[in-house]
Amino acid sequence: MAKRIEVSDLDIYYGDFKAVEGVNVAIEPRSITALIGPSGCGKSTFLRSLNRMHEVIPGARVEGKVVMDGQDLYGADVDPVNVRRQIGMVFQRPNPFPTMSIYENVLAGNRLNSKRMKKAEADDVVERSLRGANLWNEVKDRLDRPGSGLSGGQQQRLCIARAIAVEPDVLLMDEPCSALDPISTLAIEDLMTELKDRFTIVIVTHNMQQAARVSESTGFFNLNGVGQPGRLIEFNPTEKIFSNPDEKATEDYISGRFG
Amino acid sequence: MSTDTRPAAPAPVQPRGPVRVERRLPRLAPLGLYLAGVALGAGLSALTGSSLSSTVVYGVVLGTLAVFLASRLVEGRRKATDRLVTCLVTTAFGVAMVPLVSLVWTVLDNGLARFDATFFSNSMFRVVGEGGGAYHAILGTLVITALATVISVPIGLMTAIYLVEYATGRLKRAITFFVDVMTGIPSIVAGLFAFALFTLLFGNDVRLGVMGAVALSVLMIPVVVRSCEEVLKLVPNELREASFALGVPKWRTIVKVVLPTAIAGLGTGVTLAVARVVGETAPLLVTVGLITGTNLDPFDGRMATLPVFAYYQLTQPGTDTQAFLDRAWTAALVLIILVMALNVVARLISRFLAPKTGH
Repeated sequence: MAKRIEVSDLDIYYGDFKAVEGVNVAIEPRSITALIGPSGCGKSTFLRSLNRMHEVIPGARVEGKVVMDGQDLYGADVDPVNVRRQIGMVFQRPNPFPTMSIYENVLAGNRLNSKRMKKAEADDVVERSLRGANLWNEVKDRLDRPGSGLSGGQQQRLCIARAIAVEPDVLLMDEPCSALDPISTLAIEDLMTELKDRFTIVIVTHNMQQAARVSESTGFFNLNGVGQPGRLIEFNPTEKIFSNPDEKATEDYISGRFG
Repeated sequence: MSTDTRPAAPAPVQPRGPVRVERRLPRLAPLGLYLAGVALGAGLSALTGSSLSSTVVYGVVLGTLAVFLASRLVEGRRKATDRLVTCLVTTAFGVAMVPLVSLVWTVLDNGLARFDATFFSNSMFRVVGEGGGAYHAILGTLVITALATVISVPIGLMTAIYLVEYATGRLKRAITFFVDVMTGIPSIVAGLFAFALFTLLFGNDVRLGVMGAVALSVLMIPVVVRSCEEVLKLVPNELREASFALGVPKWRTIVKVVLPTAIAGLGTGVTLAVARVVGETAPLLVTVGLITGTNLDPFDGRMATLPVFAYYQLTQPGTDTQAFLDRAWTAALVLIILVMALNVVARLISRFLAPKTGH
């Protein structure tokens, strides 16, 4: 299921403003790729351009190529809706649908697309997804309760369950733990390690220990100054980035010497 | 803690801790002082030739002064300003309540005389004196308002969805501007618009219930658009993004995520828009007219409505003038009750349809 994504010469714009410039990177399947860098350097923007969520913002556009298993995701005949069905996303703030129960939240991807499912099949998807997100034991007795009644960490795992319930090939995570306590963070990191057998995972994080703990490869984004586009400075195996990076800027950032 | 409970505390008060402690007036003292001021004002007004208005004005001014000065002497400047502003705000509230209370009181006082079963079960068919009722007008108002709602809500809601979810740039600004302009259209103009439209379509002397519904829609649509727009804007963008990220198309996201999340606010907005037009008189006067019997078909001839009924009872009383006036007052009372009921419904809608938070 997991797919390889190759990005070449990607420029990302907000209207006339060039936010990210010249990204070339290959994201390997069945692995976790972490993106680190200072705030405003374009990590999240880059992440959102991978499943065409970037263009939801008025005036936002992209130039360059994002190729998944030989298919250009920005090709003229590709519908962004279909891209997003293959590439799921988890956001910084947990955002379960407030009108739906836990059960319906997990099935949202199917239900909202009016996919017909037998009750047994739906139950199966819910249980599998919630188990996959390490949430089943906590909520199995209250699946009909509103998702917004869960704690922040549980809500975030519910959002992960919702994302993996539609069986995407790739899972994008935009700072999924930044609003969570260390215990919930640990739960989600364990979960990512389990999920990487099935999915390609790309995670944006400000927490460098987290990047070092969970990821196989790490990309470091930086920008030269305010108002200038962000660039991918270095992309290497995580071990190398954190021990012996090629670029001085990476070393400065990781060791806290920047600005 | 306050030190003013100690006997014979030396002035100024010595703070015992790091926080400054100030003398306070006893809890009920400001109210007592205010009432004393009011009493003094009443006395003063009695001396200068008593009237209700002068008593109230003197009383309020002197009461406020008494509280302010006492507080200034005992509690200091900041607390005194606080008390002064409290007095002013409370006075403003009182002034704002006067017309409302007076209106409700007058309508109740005059309207209860004919607030009986006959009023709700009889029409004015072949009634020239006492008796008769507004059965036909109440039902007519309900039919025409319902029809106006059926016309306005789809147009208004879809306009709001377009403005919030799709429109950008100049077109959006233009629509918003014209909706604002529509909000300010005088109701008689809306009535004349419907009158002219139907005269063009069906010739002279046409009077239909649906004409009234169209006229009311012109007044109702901008209210629906504005209230729905505000409510839809409140739906967090994160929910839309969550839905998009699951591969849900935009229109499904709107229908299945945005609208259900906002349903309580939408229901409230629509109900308040209905309450806004249910009492309109002028547009119905020129489009729907009035009849004495019961006509519930909005596509066939004149209909009776409560506001127009009240208007004609008042302006064209027959020989038994008092009977006509009583019916006018009761019609007004029924209208007020209708509007109040709609407001209660709006509150219930927002309470019961709001997204549950669990626990």
